[in-house]
Amino acid sequence: MTNVKVKSVAKTYGPIPVLTDISTEFEEGSFTSLLGPSGSGKTTLLRIIAGFIKPDEGIIMIGNNDVTNVPVWGRNIGMMFQSYALFPHMTIAQNVAFGLERRGIKGEAARKEVDRALEMVRLSGFGDRTPKQLSGGQQQRVALARAIVIKPSVLLLDEPLSALDRRLRQEMQVELLRIQRESGLTTIFVTHDQEEALTLSDKVAILDRGRIVQIGEPETVYERPLTRFAAEFLGDSNFLSGKVENGAVRLSNGTVVRSDSALPGNGADVTLAIRPEKMSLATADSQPNRLSARITTVIYAGPVLSYILETPDGLPLKLFAQNRDGRVLREGETVSLSWSPEHTIAVAN
Amino acid sequence: MQNDQLALAQTRGSVDPRVKRPLPAWVSTTALLLPTYGWLTLAVFLPLLTMLAFSFMSATPMGKTPVEFTLKQYRAFIDQPYLLRIGFNSLMMGFWTTLFCAILGFLAAVALVRATVGKTREALLVLILLPFWTNGLVRVFSWTMVLRENGFLDNLLHMVAPDAGSISILYTRYAVVLGLVHGYLPYMILTCYIALVTIDDAIIEAAASLGARWWTILYKILIPMAAPGLISGAVLIFIPVIGSFMEPRILGGRVGVTMGTVIEDQFTQAFNWPLGASLSFTLLAVVLAIFATFSGILRRGTAG
Ligand SMILES: Nc1ncnc2c1ncn2[C@@H]1O[C@H](COP(=O)(O)OP(=O)(O)OP(=O)(O)O)[C@@H](O)[C@H]1O
Ligand SMILES: [Mg+2]
Repeated sequence: MTNVKVKSVAKTYGPIPVLTDISTEFEEGSFTSLLGPSGSGKTTLLRIIAGFIKPDEGIIMIGNNDVTNVPVWGRNIGMMFQSYALFPHMTIAQNVAFGLERRGIKGEAARKEVDRALEMVRLSGFGDRTPKQLSGGQQQRVALARAIVIKPSVLLLDEPLSALDRRLRQEMQVELLRIQRESGLTTIFVTHDQEEALTLSDKVAILDRGRIVQIGEPETVYERPLTRFAAEFLGDSNFLSGKVENGAVRLSNGTVVRSDSALPGNGADVTLAIRPEKMSLATADSQPNRLSARITTVIYAGPVLSYILETPDGLPLKLFAQNRDGRVLREGETVSLSWSPEHTIAVAN
Repeated sequence: MQNDQLALAQTRGSVDPRVKRPLPAWVSTTALLLPTYGWLTLAVFLPLLTMLAFSFMSATPMGKTPVEFTLKQYRAFIDQPYLLRIGFNSLMMGFWTTLFCAILGFLAAVALVRATVGKTREALLVLILLPFWTNGLVRVFSWTMVLRENGFLDNLLHMVAPDAGSISILYTRYAVVLGLVHGYLPYMILTCYIALVTIDDAIIEAAASLGARWWTILYKILIPMAAPGLISGAVLIFIPVIGSFMEPRILGGRVGVTMGTVIEDQFTQAFNWPLGASLSFTLLAVVLAIFATFSGILRRGTAG
């Protein structure tokens, strides 16, 4: 168990910078998700940590060792791939024992470790089968057993669950989290799926065009996004832009909106992000921030109602409401929305 | 008429209402298999059967001598024991050529698959296959230019070390194997290449992440996974090599007497087609026996 540090890592392919000045630390025993749109450099960062790609600049530390120039086979990493990547010509037990053999662990000692690892992923008794005889979910669990049996310094996973169907995927998420907690492995997990990232991780890192725009606990990143991109990529957001005026923000339509965020000086342009579920239909004792808007679309999704609205000056807004009293608003109705200054986040553009 | 209407009724709702009753399955099966079996009959079984018939004759049926049915041609190895030594030499020649082809071809295929991407890979593959498309005779004769005394190789050596003697290996078994390896290597590269490109990169990366260095990846992953390619390459090479006569004759000179040259002599020089045919079939039997043993060992090896 060790931490992983990435310091000023940069990588370019030809003229295109894929990673720019990435510096971050993955704490000992923590589960960190790398989240970002396609092409943002998640896989590249993971493969640089693994040692498959050499960064143009910067260093990688695993524990107290600078491993920047250590080849993959010397880094003691556990890796899981989207395609499982089991050795098809070996049995399950041989697959799991492969890394142990490389470390000189053979015979009875190896067999015990293999059995324990297979037990951990709930595949005891499958040792004599071949990968072909297992389902996709089972194969991925073998891959996990193979990766953790060597007690790696860090566990690296590149969208390992995306080949599985939804139910199996959720099952595997639970398994993965349980095993990560039991083994206490420092884990870095690449995913496209925000829900997966939020539910599994101790930390979420949001990547945008080769930069980490924000890293923090899921709650912090969700409740306090630092940039417009982060607010938009993780969950949904309404954006309001205006100018700072006496510690509040005046929108272009004249409405004044209050925010608890630290605002820049008078006259500066700011963008405010408000989560759609943080807005509510205004009642007598409502919050100080208000806007009126006309409902253009109603999306009925059972427990949650989504409304798409438009302010008189043409600004699109979203509102998520609990389906508490069974009252569904109609399209075309004009309503008054309100929300608290606490949930009004000033974000960088 | 009634049947037609029935068929029409059955196919109602299909795209084309004029569709007739489908042909019985055996007709289409036969039609599909006919080209394959027709070709096999024409190209393989007919010539082979003719040769088999020849091998039981007492003399070539084109001369004046009366032709009788006899088994004596198959006693050649007993009557002329020197054929045993030649046969053994031919097998060794096949063995060494196949072995070198396997080592070189596999490594070349690995390099081709792993070290290059996209277009360069195809260009290299074409270059490797080039000797394949050059005339075999030209290819072999060009080796005599390189290997003979005061040939290209000697000249090269003398440029570095003027006092050194000749290192000519022309008219030795080494020269024969060299020429054969050069000629047959593309088969091995191709079959190994085909087996290797199907291996997912992630499998190799997984092995590396578990601590395997390149030689472990080679022995534990690449060779076992590409074994079918190695085996089919070996079969493709071993059989024609032990029957080859051009390379042994041109590059081997006096030591280049092999089953291939002996058989060729029977057809071209001695005009003894029955003996040539019987030697060919004996050779074929030996090769099949070798493969049978080999595949048995392989099967037991993988099962255990
Ligand atoms: N070998 C390469 N040569 C050139 N460009 C590359 C190479 N590998 C990646 N890239 C580029 O680097 C960028 C980042 O790629 P990367 O695979 O890290 O993205 P990602 O965030 O993992 O995306 P995805 O979610 O689609 O997997 C992409 O624009 C990609 O085109
Ligand atoms: Mg990726």
